[in-house]
Parts: sequence; structure tokens; C-alpha cells
Amino acid sequence: MHELSIAMGIVDAALEESERRGGLQVSAVHLRLGALSGVVKDALLFSYEMACQHTALQGTRLIVEDVPVVVFCPRCQEKRALPSIQSFTCPECGAPTRDILQGKELEVFALEVEE
Amino acid sequence: MSEPRLVEVRRNVLKQNDIIARALREQFRATGVFVVSLVSSPGSGKTTFLEKTLTQLQPRYRVAALVGDLATENDAVRLARSKAPVKQITTGTLCHLEAAMVQGALIGWELPQLDFLFIENVGNLVCPSSYDLGESLRLVLMSVTEGEDKPLKYPTIFNSADVAVVTKNDLAAAVEFDWNAAQANIQAVRPGMQVFRVSAKTGEGMDDCLNFLGQRLAEQRAVVRM
Repeated sequence: MHELSIAMGIVDAALEESERRGGLQVSAVHLRLGALSGVVKDALLFSYEMACQHTALQGTRLIVEDVPVVVFCPRCQEKRALPSIQSFTCPECGAPTRDILQGKELEVFALEVEE
Repeated sequence: MSEPRLVEVRRNVLKQNDIIARALREQFRATGVFVVSLVSSPGSGKTTFLEKTLTQLQPRYRVAALVGDLATENDAVRLARSKAPVKQITTGTLCHLEAAMVQGALIGWELPQLDFLFIENVGNLVCPSSYDLGESLRLVLMSVTEGEDKPLKYPTIFNSADVAVVTKNDLAAAVEFDWNAAQANIQAVRPGMQVFRVSAKTGEGMDDCLNFLGQRLAEQRAVVRM
């Protein structure tokens, strides 16, 4: 389980971005989490609360946006979202592909700020 | 009551690790050392495979290993029997290696004196997948005793790997290992991945796997020279 160290990374990143903008009053942190990021969402949400303690982010929420894996299908010549990470084949034509366009995200996307 | 406002920041959480990994990869390329990281579940035979690999490569190549472990130095002691330089990274409670640990462990090492550097990650099929170590090749191992469906249970790590090694093939018949099913599962999560089937104990399949590594080293050096 490495979600606690990931959560601490999220808190550090959010604090730094907030300070860089003159110290924002953050109420929530928006995270984009890829299906191939290797991070378990529930464990991350649980760890986030702990990681926030005794920081300026204490009491803030972590809002996770799940990002599906999107591949490029060499046969269809199209972008395709994969329904499952257990099969890297085009859901339309069945062609295998290792051309991954999206799905590894672990990104603090935005800070929600109280005015 | 004030309206909340969204401030876009777009910040990669693993940025720090990725920066160090990129610097390591550049350093490895420039010094001509081919770096192979090994990931697998605990007990898959990583250390035995690596001990044989270090021993068999040594007549032709200069090899060394970094080995990550939670608490003990047992693996480093076993690998030292190969007479190759081996350094332990004790991670404490951390379930994976990070690029900064590799960088720290390499202080004082003369990388240009090496052909191959092996990095044995902590036995874990989940956490190591998120961390780039700057390696040239990520090798995932699974033993025949673990079952054919391992790739489907841990698709993220198999997808992040460049090559797969199925170990303990001497036990395949005893556990009725279904090679075709295993191969199909590996190909489902990582189409086109090269798979080697070995027994480090009997030596079966080791030559093919080591020849492959020798080829990849030569390819990397050819690209650098161009």
C-alpha cells in the first residue's frame, strides 16, 4: 500500500500551488486518477484525510475524477476507451494495441477555492 | 455565502520522482550501462533468477546489482555469492523503490565500469508500477506456482513491463501449469510482450533470456554512438 505516500505527495503539491498563488483558501483538491496509475481510489481517499492533518489543507475534500484508459487502435485508426484494463484490445474490432494515449494520470488538476 | 471557484493547477503528483528518473535514464545512457529492474510478487524467484543471471553474465560482462528489501539483508547476502558488486537498499516500511533511493545508492559507483546494472525491487506487484526508476528495461517475473491468471489480477504492473519471465519451470508439470493460458493472459494485458520461460534451478531457458539482454545492451550502445 503506497497510497499514503501518494496522498502526502498530493498534499505537498496542492500546498505548493496554493502558496505560489499567494496562499489560497482551499476547500477541495481535484485529482485526475488514471485506471493505470496503480493507485487504489478508496485507499487514497482514506489516506488523504491523514495526510492533511496539521496542514493548511486539514478539513478539505479530495475529489477524484476517474480517467479511463484510452488507446489508439491501429486497425480502426481511431481512439478507443477500454472498458477493462485486463484486455488491451480494441473494443470495436478486437485488434491488440499497446499505444496508450491516456490512463496513467496522477494529477492535481485544480484547487477549489473559497472566495 | 461565497461561490467556490476552481483554480486550474495541472500538477503531476509524481513529478519529483519523474524528474530524478529522467536524470538517471540519461546518466545510464551516457555511461553505457544497461539497467534492468525486476518486479514480481514475493517468493516468485527473483533473487534466485538474479543470482544465476549475475553469475552467468560475468564471464562476458561487468555486472552489479541494487536490491531493495523491506527489512532484511538476506537477498544481498545471497546475491553476493555471485561475486558481483551488490548493494542493499533497505526501504523500512516502504513497499517499493523510488528513483531517489536508486540515485542515493549509486553515489560513489563508477557507472562507466559497468555493462549491466540490475535493480531488484521490493516483492510487490502493486506499488512499484507507479514509480519510474530510470531503468532501460522493466522485467516482470511470475512463477508457475502462482497460477496462470497473475497478469489479469495485476494488469497495471504487467502493462508497465517490457518483458516477462515465467520462473520455476521445473515445477510446471507438478502444478499442471497451463502455458497457453498464461501466455494468452500476458498478451491480453501487454500485447506483443516477449516472454521467457526459465528454471533458474536447472538452467533451462536461461541462455535465451541472457542472450536477449546482451542484444538489448548492444542496441542501446549502438543508438548512443550514432
